[in-house]
Amino acid sequence: MQTSNRPVSVRDLSVAYHRKPVLRDVQFDAPEGKLIGIVGPNGAGKSTLIKAIMNLLPLTGGEVQIYGKPYKEQRALVGYVPQRESVDWDFPTSALDVVLMGRYGKLGWFRKPKAADREYAMDCLDKVGMADFAKRQISQLSGGQQQRVFLARSLAQDARIYFMDEPFVGVDAATEKAIIRILNELKTQKKTVLVVHHDLQTVREYFDWLLMLNMRQIAFGPTSEVFTTDNLQKTYGGRLTVLPDLPEPVAETR
Amino acid sequence: MNVLTQIQQFFSDPNTLWVLSGTILLGVSSGVIGSFAFLRKRGLMGDVLAHAALPGICLAFMLTGSKNPLFFLIGATVTGILASMAINTITRFSRIKEDTSLALVLSVFFGVGIVFLTQIQHTNYGNQSGLDKFLFGQSASLVGDDVWVMGGVAIALLLFSLLLFKEFKLLCFDPGFGRSLGFPVGLLDLILMLMLVLAVVIGLQAAGVVLMAALIITPAAAARYWTERLDIMLVLSAFLGGLSGALGTLFSATTANLPTGPLIVVAATMIFLISLVFSPRRGLLSKAIRLAATRKQMARERVLQFLYENREQGYFDPLNTEMILWKYPMSRRRLKSALASLTKDGWIQVEQKGGSFFIRGTGEGWVQAYETVLRTRMTEVWMMHENEIGGNIREEGSTTGEIPPDLFEPLWNLLVKHGREPKWNPKSDSIAGEGGNVP
Amino acid sequence: MSMGLTIIITGALVAASCGFLGCFLILRRMAMLGDAISHAVLPGIVIAFLMSGSRDSLPMLLGAAALGLLCTFFIQSLRSQGVQSDAAISVTFTALFAIGVILVSLYTRQVDLDLDCVLYGEIAYVPWDTLYLFGNNIGPKAIWGVGTAFILSFLVVGLFFKEFKIVSFDPQMAAALGIPVLLIHYLLMGLVSITTVASFESVGAILVVAMLTVPSATAYLLTDRLETMLAISVGVGILSSLFGYWLSLIFNASIAGSMTVAAGIFFILAFLFSPLHGVVTRWLIRRKMRAATDQP
Repeated sequence: MQTSNRPVSVRDLSVAYHRKPVLRDVQFDAPEGKLIGIVGPNGAGKSTLIKAIMNLLPLTGGEVQIYGKPYKEQRALVGYVPQRESVDWDFPTSALDVVLMGRYGKLGWFRKPKAADREYAMDCLDKVGMADFAKRQISQLSGGQQQRVFLARSLAQDARIYFMDEPFVGVDAATEKAIIRILNELKTQKKTVLVVHHDLQTVREYFDWLLMLNMRQIAFGPTSEVFTTDNLQKTYGGRLTVLPDLPEPVAETR
Repeated sequence: MNVLTQIQQFFSDPNTLWVLSGTILLGVSSGVIGSFAFLRKRGLMGDVLAHAALPGICLAFMLTGSKNPLFFLIGATVTGILASMAINTITRFSRIKEDTSLALVLSVFFGVGIVFLTQIQHTNYGNQSGLDKFLFGQSASLVGDDVWVMGGVAIALLLFSLLLFKEFKLLCFDPGFGRSLGFPVGLLDLILMLMLVLAVVIGLQAAGVVLMAALIITPAAAARYWTERLDIMLVLSAFLGGLSGALGTLFSATTANLPTGPLIVVAATMIFLISLVFSPRRGLLSKAIRLAATRKQMARERVLQFLYENREQGYFDPLNTEMILWKYPMSRRRLKSALASLTKDGWIQVEQKGGSFFIRGTGEGWVQAYETVLRTRMTEVWMMHENEIGGNIREEGSTTGEIPPDLFEPLWNLLVKHGREPKWNPKSDSIAGEGGNVP
Repeated sequence: MSMGLTIIITGALVAASCGFLGCFLILRRMAMLGDAISHAVLPGIVIAFLMSGSRDSLPMLLGAAALGLLCTFFIQSLRSQGVQSDAAISVTFTALFAIGVILVSLYTRQVDLDLDCVLYGEIAYVPWDTLYLFGNNIGPKAIWGVGTAFILSFLVVGLFFKEFKIVSFDPQMAAALGIPVLLIHYLLMGLVSITTVASFESVGAILVVAMLTVPSATAYLLTDRLETMLAISVGVGILSSLFGYWLSLIFNASIAGSMTVAAGIFFILAFLFSPLHGVVTRWLIRRKMRAATDQP
């Protein structure tokens, strides 16, 4: 079978949940060093897709490769920002401690995080503008700050590919700016970032490439090419009554 | 002595008849109340309330000095309600989660109960023996009085669940919506909790603390497998609860030395396991069968799709099976079984050439491949335009559903619009695009 | 060693090892699993009894640990088959307990096992049941058993601390990092089973469940750091056993029961007055703030 040196190569991926297909026919090769948005309506399988790629869900069919090898062998290359609601923020631990968890994969069994890891984690917190909150218990952080802690944790993983699940949901303007800054920084470092996103207004501004999804892959390509009324129509299936007018004027101004 | 005469003897003994009617009543009432608790995700409350009854029973005994089941019932009900209030208070006013609060209240109340129990033993209340029967249960000790109390409470519980059926249904399904309709959800929850306490308490003497927890949850969990309707589930759960009670009692009476309570639980668990594996829609067996069928169907569709798409693009030679794997990754075993079943249907022919396998479609196969591709593509455009077209073509157990006749034409037009209509129709053996003919 | 001291040490050791593991149980929202395991080990104990024909601690420990793991395995499988979690726990442990009770009554003659003792334990008898090594009295058996369990859990949790932590906080992230989440789960459950069994004979199932939950819940209200929470939980557990023993002397009541009550009292105090999360504390702070805004 063909191997690829693309950061993420997905072929004929399908996932069924309780026998109902939730995703099928997903097939794309993510280019290196791009910010890739994954958009689609609610229930389109966006989160399911990144969980399936990261081996957190069983596939019903198809294949995923990370830099030409199965995910299991390439774990160290992948960073992950799960949805904020997926954990219990009452957990007795500090912001720095959460970021330090990003180093666990590199540490391996039995070894405890060392001073160097702590410094690295601190740097990551600093990058998202949260250095002052390092000792703060995580339940005392605002939603946006919690999101930034998660972002810092993924940075601490020091990966080449990042998967982020709805990082922009329910965050304040400062956090949104911080996330954008980090995304662009990652891009200049030739890292590949796949972001589940649902705000169509900002798609053009944030992402170079786009994967449009509605239970199956509708389109994949550079944003300027695929973010069209036609594709939006296909993705959102007539659910968008207002937005289809949006892309054209934007396209004209470019 | 054979079993039949044993059973005959059993039924001629008035004492065991009391026991039997007691355990059946118990199974029926806890089956009904348990269904609501199960749907409210409060299955473990039965366990907690059963433990929390101990201090109440001891207190009732210390205060009245009598072993009248009615006093025990009142005492246990009071501490049971206290326990459920404590659980609510802890989860509401601190960050402690529900499971912790359950385990905490359970153990502390039971600890208090043990302290009371030793107090009773040490201060020589005299006839304290029998109190500990409430912990492990002893159905054999059930006498007429007990059964009358149990029966009265059980019938009251059943009546109440019948009267409040609609309210409880709302409470279990969507409490928030219930509140918006103006139902006193908090009060209903309290009533349900009170009924649960009563159901547990009347069973303690017969089944004991731990096993009472089983009678609350196991029949309800088993009943859930057989139906999607609440009213049927209640009846079924009551029936299964009563059946467990009867089976356990009969088995215990015919086999010397075996306690009734645990046997009832084992019977209930057996019924649960049978439901888990064999129930027609949700059972493991039917799930596994359906999953295998779905996978096989999907692999067959992939092969047909692959054949058709190559032909559509003007490639007429037999196709190497390795190419299917390349386009649609799947296990070799699955591909092989799909190829075998397609060959058996006479839809494809497989030839071997130099270590590789090549396939080609047959007359019937091409028609089927065309239908499959048409169905798949129509499903795709339907997903894109779901809101404009309406209808539903998604079906469980299949990756693509049948296309309803009234949707056919609009979907065909959409396919043409997107340039996705199957270009080659084996029935007319012409390129569809030229004449624009709808098949 | 005096009798009272032996009892207190046993209670404290039980409290320490349970308090330690209990923290992870409540953080993983599995507190009721402690209750389930402590009941489900019964058939394991009986089978070990029947097979080894003795009241030796080792076979009992193994049998019970096996059943504890089996119980969590059944619960996990039922859950993964779509059975809701509360039902999965209840059905599994009640069934196993019922089988245990049936086994006991089937083999009453061979099994010299008092059911009451299993549930309430007889910590008062601990000092009389001593262990001999090469003919020397090396102290009460219970202390050795529970002490071993404590050291074992301390070592294992110490070695895998960061794995336990991340699996408790964010299992999905842990899985993405390649940490075997299920293995860590069973490791924790194995430790809980072993501790339960080791503590069983002396203090009974109820004190085990209480010590697994109450001190760790108390600690959860008192701190925001996992390491501190573990320490406080162990501390509160030990204090409960001291205070509980004193209570039992005063009221002439069951020692295990009194220790549970003592733990409950500590929890209520933390619930009301914890400097971080106490109900009264928060109420006072709110009142102060309101007073401050009323009179600027």
